[in-house]
Amino acid sequence: MHQSILVFRNFRYLKWALSVAAVSILLYVVHEPEYGLPNGGTLLGYVLGTFGALLILWLMWFGIRKRRYGAGGAPVEDWLSAHIYLGLTLIVVATLHTGFQFGWNVHTLAYGLMMIVILSGVFGLFAYLRVPELMTNNRRGMTLVQMMREISDLDTACREAALSLGDEINRIVLKASQNTRIGGNIRRQLSGDDPECATSEASRAVRHLADHAPPSQAEGFRALMGLLARKEELLSRARRDVRYKALLDIWLFFHVPLSFALLGALIAHIVSVFFYW
Amino acid sequence: MTERVKIAIVGSGPAGLSAAGRAAASGVSHVLLEQRDHISDTIYKYQKGKLVMATPDILPLRSELSFQIGIREEVLGNWEKQINGLKANIRYNSEVVAITGEKGNFTLKLSDGTTLNAEFVVFAIGLQGNIRLLGVPGQDREWVQYQLNDPDEYSDETIVVVGAGDAGIENALALTKQNTVVILNRGSEFARIKQGNLTAITAAIEKNQIECIYSADTVRVDDDGIVVKTPQGETKVKCDRIIARLGALPPRKFVESCGIKFPYSDPSSLPELSGQYESNVPGLYVIGALAGYPLIKQAMNQGYEVIEYIQGNQLKPADEPLLEQKFANIPGNRSVSEILAMLQESVPLLSGLTTLQLREFLLDSNVHAPRGGDVIFERNDYTNSFYSIVDGGVNIQIDPEDETKVVSLGQGEFFGEMGLLSGRRRTATVMASKPSLLIETPRRSMIKLINSVEAVKRVMDEVAVGRQIQTYIAPGIPLQDLQDLIRTVKVEKFEQGAVLFREGEAGDCLYLIQRGSVTVSREVSGKEAVISYVAAGNYVGEMALISNAPRSATIRAAVAVEALRLDGVPFQALMGRNEAVRRTIEARYRGRMLENIETTEQPEAGGIIQFLIEQGLGEATDVLLIDEALCVRCDNCEKACAETHQGTSRLNREAGPTYQTIHVPTSCRHCEHPHCMVDCPPDALRRNANGEVYITDSCIGCGNCERNCPYGVIHMAAKPPKKPGLLQWLLFGRGPGPGQAVSGKWGPDSNKEGGAPKPKKAVKCDMCKDVLGGPACVRACPTGAALRVEPSEFFRVVSQGL
Repeated sequence: MHQSILVFRNFRYLKWALSVAAVSILLYVVHEPEYGLPNGGTLLGYVLGTFGALLILWLMWFGIRKRRYGAGGAPVEDWLSAHIYLGLTLIVVATLHTGFQFGWNVHTLAYGLMMIVILSGVFGLFAYLRVPELMTNNRRGMTLVQMMREISDLDTACREAALSLGDEINRIVLKASQNTRIGGNIRRQLSGDDPECATSEASRAVRHLADHAPPSQAEGFRALMGLLARKEELLSRARRDVRYKALLDIWLFFHVPLSFALLGALIAHIVSVFFYW
Repeated sequence: MTERVKIAIVGSGPAGLSAAGRAAASGVSHVLLEQRDHISDTIYKYQKGKLVMATPDILPLRSELSFQIGIREEVLGNWEKQINGLKANIRYNSEVVAITGEKGNFTLKLSDGTTLNAEFVVFAIGLQGNIRLLGVPGQDREWVQYQLNDPDEYSDETIVVVGAGDAGIENALALTKQNTVVILNRGSEFARIKQGNLTAITAAIEKNQIECIYSADTVRVDDDGIVVKTPQGETKVKCDRIIARLGALPPRKFVESCGIKFPYSDPSSLPELSGQYESNVPGLYVIGALAGYPLIKQAMNQGYEVIEYIQGNQLKPADEPLLEQKFANIPGNRSVSEILAMLQESVPLLSGLTTLQLREFLLDSNVHAPRGGDVIFERNDYTNSFYSIVDGGVNIQIDPEDETKVVSLGQGEFFGEMGLLSGRRRTATVMASKPSLLIETPRRSMIKLINSVEAVKRVMDEVAVGRQIQTYIAPGIPLQDLQDLIRTVKVEKFEQGAVLFREGEAGDCLYLIQRGSVTVSREVSGKEAVISYVAAGNYVGEMALISNAPRSATIRAAVAVEALRLDGVPFQALMGRNEAVRRTIEARYRGRMLENIETTEQPEAGGIIQFLIEQGLGEATDVLLIDEALCVRCDNCEKACAETHQGTSRLNREAGPTYQTIHVPTSCRHCEHPHCMVDCPPDALRRNANGEVYITDSCIGCGNCERNCPYGVIHMAAKPPKKPGLLQWLLFGRGPGPGQAVSGKWGPDSNKEGGAPKPKKAVKCDMCKDVLGGPACVRACPTGAALRVEPSEFFRVVSQGL
C-alpha cells in the first residue's frame, strides 16, 4: 500500500539520477583534456561545473517549493524524492568537475561544504526512514501532550499518596514533582534520557525508606511506589519521544544553514575562477 | 324562525375570521359560528406571550385584517378590534352539530337546538378536533399532558417535550426559563418548522439550555420517566412531566358526515378540494388547516379568497407571481392553475398533494427544460436532489461500460431517489431522451414532503424498492418479472452494532443495504473477527441462499442501517428463471468466498478494518489517513491546510487514534449522510457533485454543525488578514512566514471591524475543491504518508493484503 520515499514512483528519480551520473562518468572517461590533467577549467569541467551549480540552485529551491502550499505541478513528494536522488548525484558530478584536484582554497571549501550538506541530508534521510515507526511504537497511541497530562495527574496522585507517609517522604515527592524535567538542551534532548531525573531519585529514595517503614505504612508505600514507577515509565517514553523528534529535526539545523554557506562559497568560487581567466 | 344568510362560516380561526371580515366588508349576508365564547380558540390556547409567527415571509397578506409577527395577546386583541370594527356577524357558543341540504339551501343544526339556513358553507374548523396521543403504554398518566396553557405554572421540574413541531418547540423554549427541558425529535433534523422557531431552538440547544434527542421513538411511559428508542439503543429519560405536542387529526368524522370525501383512509389524509377550496359537495368549502395548510397567513388569504370565489369573482392566489416566475420556462403560455393541474395530472407522485401543498412544493423547486441529449446528472456525482418528469423522458444509463444500455423513463415518473435514500454517489448517468420538462426538488424539501404526505412516502418506497433491486441485483430485468420478489420486501432498520444475521443461522433471506454500511465478521478462535465491509448499494446474505448452507458470517450494522429484506424463496425462483441473474450472483458469491478466505488468512487486515469502522469510517466517503511509518511529523499537511484556507487548519494531524501504523487524524470524512447538515438554519452546508461537503458564505455562525459533528472536525474561526507574500517574508521578514502560526497583528483577533471582533463562521475541510491538483494536505506531504481514501475502496485494498 504505502511505500517509502526511496521506492516512490518505482524509483523514477533514482533512474534519473543514475542516468545523470552515468553520462557524467562516461564523458569523463572519454574526454581528453587539450593539455594537462582533467580539471574544472577544461571544456568538460565547465560543463559539469555549470550543471552542478544549477543543480545546487534547483535543490535549494525545494525549500521554497515546500512552502508554496497552493502551488500546482508535481506534489511535494515528487520534489523530495528527486531532491534526494539528484542531491546524491551531485557527489559524482561535482567530484568529476574537480578532476580530483583539491587544495586549501575557496574551491575546495565550496566542495567540502557541499559534501557536508549532502552528508547531513543522508543523515536526515536515514532519520526519516527509521524514526517514524520507532516514534509510533513508543507513543502507544498517545500524543506527547497526553503523556504530559498523565504525568501531571500522576504527580498529583503521588502527592496525595505521600500525605500519610511522613514529612520526609512528602519532601521527596514534592521535590520530584518540582524538579523533574523533560527535554532541555540539545544534548539532553538527543540522549532521550536524564541521568539526574528527580523522579528516579525519588523513586530510589522511597524504595530505600520503604525497607525501614513500619508495617502500618506498607500499603501506602506500595501505592506510592506503583505511582512513581508508572511515572518513571511515562517519563522515559516522553523523553524518548523528544529524542525522536530531535533526531527528525536536528539535521535540518545543519543542512539548511550550510546550504546557504555553500551558496556563498559557490559564488566566491565562480567569481574567483573568472578572475583567473 | 330560522335565520337565513348567504354564507355560513364555521370556525373563527384566522381563516374563518378573515372570511367573515371580507364578507362583512363586501356587504354579503353572513354568519360566523364559533363554538367557544371567544375568537380563534387554537391561538387563544397558545401559551401566554407566545410569539405568533408570520411565515412564509415572501408571501403577501391578503385580508381585511392585519397580521404581523407578534405575541399572542397582541394578535388576538388586534383581530378582535378589527373584526368588531368591520361589524361582522359573529355568533359565539354556537357549535354546529349537523349540516344537511345542498348548494343554495343548507341547513345547519346548532348544539343549542336552533337551526340556520345558508346558501354556502365555509368550513374553517382547523385541526384542533383530535389531538394525537403518544400511542404507547402509559400515555394517559396524569403527568403526561397534551397541552400547555401557562409555562410559568411549572418550575424546577425536568420536563420532556415530545414532538419537534412548532408547538413542541415553542413549549420547550418557554419552559426552559424555570425548568430542565429535554425535547424528543422523531426525525434526525427539524424539518417541518418555521424559520423563527428553527433559529430559536438551535440557539437554545447550542447554549445547552435544551437537550435534544434526535431519531427518538417513544417506547413507553414508566413511573419515573419516558423510555425512548434511538439509533444508539433504548434509554430512559427521567422526568417529572411529559408534554406531548404531536399535532392533531382533522375532525374528520364530522366533516365526512356532511358528505365531504377524503381520498385516503390514512388519518393524515386531507379532503379533496378544487383550486377554489370547494369540496366534492357543491357549496361546501374548506379552508385553513383542515384544507392542508396550517400557516396563519395562508389561512387568512384563503378566507379572503373563498368569499371572492363564492361571489363569483376570479382571483389569483397570493403566491401567484412567485409561481409565475418559476414557470417562466414552461412553453405554451399557460396560467399557473393550468400548469398546476397539468403537473398533477402528469406526475402521479404529486397527485396526492393538495393544491396548497403542491404550490408550496413548487415554490421550493426548480423547473428545467432540457433538450434531448442533455445530461441531467452524471454517474458518481454526489448531488442529491430529486427529479419528476412532467413531460418528455429520460434515459438512465445502467451500464457504465456500455452507454447504449439504458432504462427509459417517461412522463410522470421520477428519478434521483436513490441518492436521496443512500446518501451515496449517483448510481447512473441520466440524460434527457427528448425535449423534456423536469422539476428538480432540493433534498430538504423532498424530505419534508416525504415526512408530511404519507402517500408520497409510500409511492417513493414502492418504486424505490423495485429500482434498487433492478439496479443492484437484477440489472436489465423488467419490473413486472420482479413483482414476486418485490412483494416480499420489508424495509428493516438496524441500530449501530445491531446484527442483521449471525454466522451459523439458517439463511432464508438476503439484505440489500439501502442506507449505511455493514461489517462482515466470522468467528476465529472464539473471537468475532471482522473480515470485510459492505457499503450501501450492495447486498449480503446471498451465499447461504445459493449454497443452502447456514450463514457463513455475521453481518453487523457499522452505522445506523436501513436494509431491504428480500425473501429467499422468490429470490431463488428468480435465479432459477433467469440465467443472467444467476450468473452475476454466483460470480459475486465466488468473489466473496475467495475474499473471505484471503482475509481469514490475514487477520491483521480484519483488525485494521475493525479499527477504522470503530472510527466511524463506515459512514465516510473520503477520509484522510496517515501512515505513521512514513510520517516525519513535519506538520506540513496542517500548514498547507491553513495556508490554503485563510490561516485556519481544518485538520489536526496529531490528534486522533492510531492502529498499528495507521493514524486517523481529526479531519472531515465527508459522511454519506452528513451530521453537520442536519440542522443548518441557512442551509449553508452543501455537498457538491464530487462529494465534498462544504460550507457556503451564507453561514451565520450559529455553531450547530460544530456541535452536530461527531468527529469534531468543524470549528468556528474568524478570518485573519492576508499575510505578506513568501518573498517579502524571506527577504524583509515581513509578517509570519508560510505555515507559521498567525497571532497578534496577523491573527484573527486583531482584525476588528468597528471595534467588534470579526464574526466567527464555521470552517471545515472542503477537500480543497477550489485548489488545483487536489487536497493540499496530501500534496504537501513530503514522504507520502498522508493519503485520502474512499473507505470502501480502501477496505477492498486492505482485505487483499497490504
